[in-house]
This record gives sequence, structure tokens and C-alpha cells, in this order.
Amino acid sequence: MSLFEYAPALESTAIVNIADKYNLFINGKFVAPKSRKYFPTINPATGKQLSMIAEAGAADVDLAVTAARNAYVKVWSKMPAAERGKYLFRIARILQERAREFAVLETLDNGKPIRESRDTDIPLVAAHFFYHAGWADKLDHAGLGSTPKPHGVVGQIIPWNFPMLMLAWKVAPALATGNTVVLKPAETTSLTALLFAEVCQQAGLPDGVVNIVTGAGATGAAIVNHPGIDKVAFTGSTDVGKLIATSIAGTKKSATLELGGKAANIVFDDAAIDEAVEGIVNGIFFNQGHVCCAGSRLLVQENIHDEVLEKLKVRMSHLRLGNPLDKNTDIGAINSEAQLAKIKELSAAGDAEGAERWSPPCEVPTDGFWFAPTIFTGVSQTHRIAREEIFGPVLSILTFRTPQEAIEKANNTPYGLSAGVWSEKGSKILWTASKLRAGVVWANTFNKFDPASPFGGYKESGWGREGGRHGLSAYLKASN
Amino acid sequence: MANTPTERIDVLKTYKLFIGGAFPRSESGRVYAVKDAKGNHLANPSLASRKDLRDAVVAARAAFNGWSGATAYNRGQILYRMAEMLEGRREQLISEICALEGVTARQAAVQVQESIDLLVWYAGWSDKISTFAGSTNPVSGPYYNFSTPEPMGVVAVFAAAKPSLLNLVGALASVIVSGNTAIVIASEKYPLPAITFAEILATSDLPAGVVNILTGSSTELAPWVASHMDIDAIDASGLTAKQLKEAQIAGAQNLKRIRVHSSIKSAPRILSFTETKTVWHPIGI
Repeated sequence: MSLFEYAPALESTAIVNIADKYNLFINGKFVAPKSRKYFPTINPATGKQLSMIAEAGAADVDLAVTAARNAYVKVWSKMPAAERGKYLFRIARILQERAREFAVLETLDNGKPIRESRDTDIPLVAAHFFYHAGWADKLDHAGLGSTPKPHGVVGQIIPWNFPMLMLAWKVAPALATGNTVVLKPAETTSLTALLFAEVCQQAGLPDGVVNIVTGAGATGAAIVNHPGIDKVAFTGSTDVGKLIATSIAGTKKSATLELGGKAANIVFDDAAIDEAVEGIVNGIFFNQGHVCCAGSRLLVQENIHDEVLEKLKVRMSHLRLGNPLDKNTDIGAINSEAQLAKIKELSAAGDAEGAERWSPPCEVPTDGFWFAPTIFTGVSQTHRIAREEIFGPVLSILTFRTPQEAIEKANNTPYGLSAGVWSEKGSKILWTASKLRAGVVWANTFNKFDPASPFGGYKESGWGREGGRHGLSAYLKASN
Repeated sequence: MANTPTERIDVLKTYKLFIGGAFPRSESGRVYAVKDAKGNHLANPSLASRKDLRDAVVAARAAFNGWSGATAYNRGQILYRMAEMLEGRREQLISEICALEGVTARQAAVQVQESIDLLVWYAGWSDKISTFAGSTNPVSGPYYNFSTPEPMGVVAVFAAAKPSLLNLVGALASVIVSGNTAIVIASEKYPLPAITFAEILATSDLPAGVVNILTGSSTELAPWVASHMDIDAIDASGLTAKQLKEAQIAGAQNLKRIRVHSSIKSAPRILSFTETKTVWHPIGI
């Protein structure tokens, strides 16, 4: 029994039409895969199959790359930049028009709460296209010389945690800078990418400028290793990122990689505690913790540890886990059985290594994949739950005494994607932000994203930035 | 060479490594013979080992917080000081370059002058990098959001071989001006100007460990550099295509940023060894 009872407030699914089967989107058309293979995609909140998705083999990837190359050579690279930008503006507008449809479909396929897909993911998707549309005819102001050039055909591989948002982060800057695209969505979340293909058709985007090939790791490898790919953009695990870096060694291909993280969220004793607790919750439980930049290591100053912990537990007791389509839901379903197994395995390691686990009383649905919001106290830096990315709603809590110790612990990780800092003292905020070895620092806030704001990591969190002027350099070759 | 009793014998220099501000010999005790362009023996510089490299990485990492935390003005003054010290060592470097590279005294003098001027050029960049590569970003919400370039950390430098001093100075200055610390693997064939340059660094107020210079075999050291987990980036401009590919494969273990540059005087070269950090803070009352 939760603290407050709410009447169900279900978002209608009538707005989406899910076909029985989806083909590949190559050269502006949906085509059956030469591989003739299809795989199921399920709703992780129910475990029920939503549809069947084509599995692109090497021959299909080859067709997609050829289509992208033809579109690049014959159409996209010859088009005036302002016209190219107008296509992106069109796409942004259609995405806004069909935003609710995308949000519902995203929630069905991914398991994230409708509140997040509706209020965060899809609005940011449209914003990304609108932002980059404006860049298309201003690339001489990108800081890359007077006539920067696109790479050509870009292979893009995206994860399942923010399916449409990651598509937008990849496709919008690639098209704005004059590249054409072969994109592979994650195998558990292909549906919104295929709906996006329909948006490209509605926008009249020239055939072959965007190609979408669905499939799993083998399809991704076929893209990365295809000789017709000029540049690779990948968001996903650090292990796969390293594999890609190895695969393209000795070639002319360049790569941007957005990989894992183990962000420290530092709470000083002069923080506004209630706001910090909100930030801690947002930092780790947003999107079920399926966030590469999640604040998964809470570093709390020792003298306020008990107070923060008590307030955090009260706040967590108010989190509502359940049907992602319910507008009151805070925590949705874990995206897949495999991911749930990984979260369980690492959490069990937390128990085994001596950390103390706590979850609020929380009813977990019987069907689908679920994991209650969880914190571990008494965590030391050597524990696996303090070092490895869990990618789930699991927070490891560590303490520190001095700001120097906080910095040392925060930076004691091979990752460097993001970090958080909470203090009401401006000079301390800026000092901490300057010492943190991370690409994004959220001060007195967490998990904020914007197309104008560069995102990306230090160290093993990846190569390059996405968003803002800095993100354009990933898709352009500088001129003098 | 026979000397008459009245002729003075030159006091020759022992060319040693430069690690953590000191000039040790290789822990391995190894040296190798360097000859001039005509094949005459010049010196026996150290043949650095994997252990020397690891010592250099420790020194470079230890120096990183201080150097990256120094003011840009301070870093700029130290690079300028390096130019001042280089000016005073012109004659020595000219004679080393002449002997090693087989160029005329005039060509060597031009190379040294260009190296001095290049240091002055990079010195002036220290407090301008953030201005042209940073930004405030107009995000859609009540947040102040800004991006600044920051040094990557410890960078290993394989400078292109010839012209030896100019390539070394350009590569090194572009790496350290933003606050990185460096380990230079000197040109195997032309190592002497690199060690003389280390003596310049030692008298330029440059904190110990910010630059470390190893002489020896790049074939031997490059794989250890590429697989070292506490090196963040490599300037691979001096590696062969085969060495570069091997370094990219080994470097993938910790996702090293590996760069190859053709221009020694280049602002993008500085930026290629920086990371962009973006900070968000709410705006409100």
C-alpha cells in the first residue's frame, strides 16, 4: 500500500498503430530484409510482443550504405545549405505535431513513464531538430574555418535508454552538416525510429538521406566495418565503444563515442538539503536509472549523512512504480530481461561485498521486468557497485569529510561523463566544478539536457561532444 | 684525433633523460650511439626502458594538478620564459642540429629562430584558448550554462623527426599550453636537441614533471605508451602508419585520444588535446 492512493490515469494507446511486422527503411522506402529474418520486440512492462522487426544482414547494410552514398553525392551535398536546413525545420514541426504519438509509442516499446517520454524525451527531440536546422546555413561560424566539409556517409548506432532522443542527437547534427545517415536503433527499441522514417517521408526528405537498418550487434558491426562508412557515431556501453575504436584503427574513419559513466553526485553540508534530495532522486531514478550520466555514486559529507539518508528514504517512499502509461508513474519498467539480470547481479554483489541494501515498500508488477528503487549504504570505493555502471535504479552512497576528499573520490573512476555538486556557496560550486574530471557538471541540479549544451565525456566515457557548437565538429572536417 | 699538448680538450656533455625535473640515466643502464650526418660518433644518450616510461608517467600525473590549476597567465609566462632560455642556447642547438641533420649553419640557425618564435606564439595562446573555444549556451530554461576547454591530462608526444627542434617545440608547446603534462619520446635519430631543450626547460620555471623527455627507441617504447592506462592522449605525428595503427588498437583499452598533426603552428592542434567541460547552474532568487 503506497502512502497516497491515486486513481489510475492511463494515457490512451489509441493514438498509435503498431503493425504486425516492420521492414527496413532504405532509400526512402520500407523494404523486406534480404536476410529474411525478423525478431520480436516486446513491451517490457507486460512482457507481451508488440511487433516483429526486420534483422538487417550485411547485404542489407550494404544497400543502405549505397543508398546513403548516392543521396550524398547526387542530392544532399549539392543542395544549398539553407534548403537542407528547411528539411530539418519541417522534421522538427512534424515531430511536434505527432509528439503524443511518439511519446506513447516510446513508452510502450521502452517501458519509461509517459510523464518522461511526453515531457522530456519527445520535446527535446523536436528541439534538437529545430536547433540544428538553424545551423545548416551557418557552418562558417562553427569555429571550423570558412568552408568546413561534411564527412559523407555516417554510420550511427544508438542505445535503448532514450531511443528517439538518441536518434535526434545523432541524425539532426549529421543532416545539418550535410552528411547522409545509416542508423541502427537498439534491437529492443526500434519502433520509434521506424516511425521517424515515416516522418522523413512526410517531410519529403530526399530518398537515401536517412536509412534505418534494424538489428542487433551483428548489424552494428556490419555498419562499423563497411568500407563505405566515413564516420561512426555510437552511444552505448564502454565495452562496445572500445571494440569500435579497435575496429576502425588504421582506417580513415573517425568516431564519436558516448559511453558509460559512474557519476559522482557530491552533496556538501552547506547544500539546500531538500533540493539536494530531489536532485539525488532525479539523478538516479530518472528513466529507471537507464542513464549513462546518472548520479549513481552519492558522495555526501559525513556530518549530514544521516539527515540526507533519512530524507532520501522518505522521498523514495513516495515514488510510484508501475504502469508506464499511467501519468502518475515515476518509475517504469526495466527495458529488458537481460538488463534486469545485470541489475540484479550487481546488486547481489553489493550485498555480498557488505554494503547495506534498502528499498521502500513497493509493489512490483508480476508481468514484465521491474526493479524497485534501491540504495546501498556503507559502500566503499572498492565495491563493484561503486565502480561499475549498473544502469538501473540503484544508488551507492559513500561519505567524505573534506572537499579535497570529495574530489579525489569523485575522480577515482575510469569514467568521466558527468558529475553533480550541491552547495549554496558559489565559490565552492565553481571550485568543485573546475576540479571534477567530467564533461558535464550539474551544479544544484541534475540530468538536464538541451540541444545548445555540449554533452560528452572525459576518459573512458568516450570521444567528442554532442550538442551545441562543439557538437558540430564531430560531423565536419575543418577548413582553413 | 691527435691533440697537441697545448690544445684544450672539450668537456663533452653526458646526454641523460629528463624525468620529474631531474636528469637521470636510464634505470636499465642502457645507452645507444648517435652519429652525425657523416657517420662520426657524437654521443651515447640513454636508451630509455619501459620502467623509465612508467616513472615519467608518474611524474607527469603528479604535476598535472599544479600545472592545469596554474593561471593561464602564469603558463603563458613560463612558455615565454622557455623562449628566452632557448634564445640563450642558440649556438649549442645550432651546432647539434648541424651535426645531426647535416644542414648548413644558416639552415640550423633559421630552425632555432623559428622554434623560439613558435614558443612565443604558443605562449600568447594560454589565456585566449577559453575565449575562442568556450561558450555560454542559451539553454531553454532558467539555467546558466557554459562550456570551457580543459586539458586532457597526461599526453605522450612522438614529434615528427625533422626538423627535429622545431617539431619538438611545436608539438610540446601545443600540448602543455592548455595545462596538459607531457612525456616526449625524442626522435631516435636526432635526440640531442631534445635533451638540450630539457636543460632549457629546467631553467624556465617550468614545474618539475610537466615535461619529461625520454630518448631511445620509439619502436620499443610506442607499444608501452599506447597500452599505459594512465596516459590520456598521444600526439602520434611522428609514428609510422603501422605504429599508428598498433597504437590505436592498444590505446583503445582506455580510449586514448590519438592525434596526428601536420601543422606545427595551429590553434586546432592545441584544442585537439583539450576536453570540453559544460557546467549548469540554476538561475533564480
